[in-house]
Amino acid sequence: MKSKHLADCGNWILKRFPLAKLWNEHMAHYYAPKNFNFWYFFGSLALLVLVNQIITGILLTMNYKPDAKLAFDSVEYIMRDVNWGWLIRYMHSTGASAFFIVIYLHMFRGIIYGSFKQPRELIWIFGMLIFLCLMAEAFMGYLLPWGQMSFWGAQVIISLFSAIPIVGDELALWIRGDYVISDATLNRFFAFHVIAIPLILIMLVFLHLVALHEVGSNNPDGIEIKESKDPFGVPVDGIPFHPYYTVKDIVGVGVFLFFFSIVIFYMPEMGGYFLEHDNFIPADPLATPEHIAPLWYFTPFYAILRAIPDKFAGVIGMGGAIFVLFLLPWLDRGPVKSIRYRGGIYKKALLLFVISFFALGYLGTQPATPTATIFARIFTVIYFGFFLLMPVYTRWEKTKRVPARVTHQPTLEERIQDLKRLFDEVTVKKPVKTAEGKLVLKRKPDPDGLKKAGIRIVKKLKDSLD
Amino acid sequence: MRKLITILLMLPFVVMAAGGEYKLDEAEIDLTDSLSLQRGAKNYVNYCLGCHSAKHIRYIRMAYDFGIEEEQVLEEIAPEGASIYDTMHSAMNGHDAERWFGIEPPDLSLIARSRGADWLYTYLRSFYIDKTKTLGVNNAILKDVGMPNPLWQLQGLQQAVYRNISGKEQLTKLRLIESGELAPKEFDRFVNDLVNFLVYVGEPHQLERKRIGKYVLFYLLLFTVVAYLLKKEYWKDIHKKESTWGNLR
Repeated sequence: MKSKHLADCGNWILKRFPLAKLWNEHMAHYYAPKNFNFWYFFGSLALLVLVNQIITGILLTMNYKPDAKLAFDSVEYIMRDVNWGWLIRYMHSTGASAFFIVIYLHMFRGIIYGSFKQPRELIWIFGMLIFLCLMAEAFMGYLLPWGQMSFWGAQVIISLFSAIPIVGDELALWIRGDYVISDATLNRFFAFHVIAIPLILIMLVFLHLVALHEVGSNNPDGIEIKESKDPFGVPVDGIPFHPYYTVKDIVGVGVFLFFFSIVIFYMPEMGGYFLEHDNFIPADPLATPEHIAPLWYFTPFYAILRAIPDKFAGVIGMGGAIFVLFLLPWLDRGPVKSIRYRGGIYKKALLLFVISFFALGYLGTQPATPTATIFARIFTVIYFGFFLLMPVYTRWEKTKRVPARVTHQPTLEERIQDLKRLFDEVTVKKPVKTAEGKLVLKRKPDPDGLKKAGIRIVKKLKDSLD
Repeated sequence: MRKLITILLMLPFVVMAAGGEYKLDEAEIDLTDSLSLQRGAKNYVNYCLGCHSAKHIRYIRMAYDFGIEEEQVLEEIAPEGASIYDTMHSAMNGHDAERWFGIEPPDLSLIARSRGADWLYTYLRSFYIDKTKTLGVNNAILKDVGMPNPLWQLQGLQQAVYRNISGKEQLTKLRLIESGELAPKEFDRFVNDLVNFLVYVGEPHQLERKRIGKYVLFYLLLFTVVAYLLKKEYWKDIHKKESTWGNLR
């Protein structure tokens, strides 16, 4: 009896809402290429972190006080007196850094497999807008704990607006709502952080997914799976997103949460990179900290800002470093999508870009000494060179032939035998006397084997750059 | 091209500058040592609370975390008249303090998180006589600090030893010239207890956090294994159709 009522209820809804259709279109009958690899976990992980941020964020607002006099203490109140407050707060603060790690890897995936290229330009644009929102969200959220770094970081970044000619000072004043960062700034940043930007963010994520499901996912081979379909119109290299990728993504979620939890429970400050030491001192407008550095995820752009001698030009450079990413689909003139079939020039350019991104990130955390500034300039040139020279070098280079169907690369599981062999190669069994005088065979690293394996790996890496 | 890449890879190591600062001594932090924490708390009340609040820690929280009775906290640790629900509030008035020292003594609830345990351990043992200062002392790692040495009776008096390093007079060592009530080793232990307590105050939940972490990680490990087996089961059909992989290379 009861189950019949339940079914009636369900049918009542299904007649009025296209639940089944939505489910099929986006999950059960959404065909994704079957050759997704490691890099394809980060899309769903980004969604997971977004949900984490929203839920922990809601819980935090229940006890946080957006008031310059109370903010700092209310955060400590959450950390100490609110039940599980410390966990919620650490999940939120670690989540912010995790969000950027996941998003940077997600973007890098797009760059190596050409996911931004025709016909997915709009997905990339939406994604970049999400990235922009995320930066605004993180920047404004960082003011809320009202520590020294919150205050002075915001002071430095907002003062950048005053570098804009004519309207600059008025603009900075308008953003702050005061002549310095103050209670007025804190309140409006709170409003933006908890309402305005999350709303836009969620909307953009929705658009990002709708656009993705319209054209279909790219894959590590950069082949359009829709070009080879079976008689029923199903891509031969496609598999239904649900259940195949839902179960696969859950494994990714498990691994991600494992590392996420290590940080939350054992190193929530991450050596001062996720929670800066100076931010445990309440904001003091009269005491400028010796060294002001933004959180790690902004440091590459901050380093570019400081590398350029003129303040206004620096602001343009920093903005340009982000804006140039929007243009990526049109800068890249290469005929193939995936790095697997690109020529050597692109691969080397990309390697230089990655190195310069990390180096700029590191330099952004350090004080700007003259030597550091020179290096920051070199890396800034490489950063922009990667993008701005792209129309030239991608057209030049000789690409490899792209197969018609997706290829199978050995998975980690299939490589276990190889790894075992490698382990045997680099170790050697030696008899060792135990305390009781018995002879036992023990594995020891073998220098010859290590050298041989090392040379082989380096050679392989070098070959992969051609 | 290859050279360029090698140089770029080596860069971070080159850029890292070596600082020639006064060396920090290492504090031994053990938050499971309840007796050390109790001694530290008692010392804090006796020697620090006169000027420095630690307004984010309650006495009842200490009773709970140290595993002792509330009465014991009130009798042995808290100043007279304090309630078990009180936070560690200094009786000193901020305005007076600013007149006397030029700066209001900061709240120390989070000092261990902003400065670090080793810094505190070194700082508290690094006051030396400096007649040019109003307070008569200076500190080797926080120069011209507006704080007198509250522990001078215990430690005794120290004198700075300067050495000429590359043309610059640099403070390299402190020498005890008048011994105090405690022997140097006892004094180090005294300060260590105090720092241990401050590290605890910085994040009272940290032991609980690490304890729970083990269970969470263990659970996630199991979860991942089960999820992986589930994935493998589902993906069997895909791998069966291996012949359909277009291995055209």
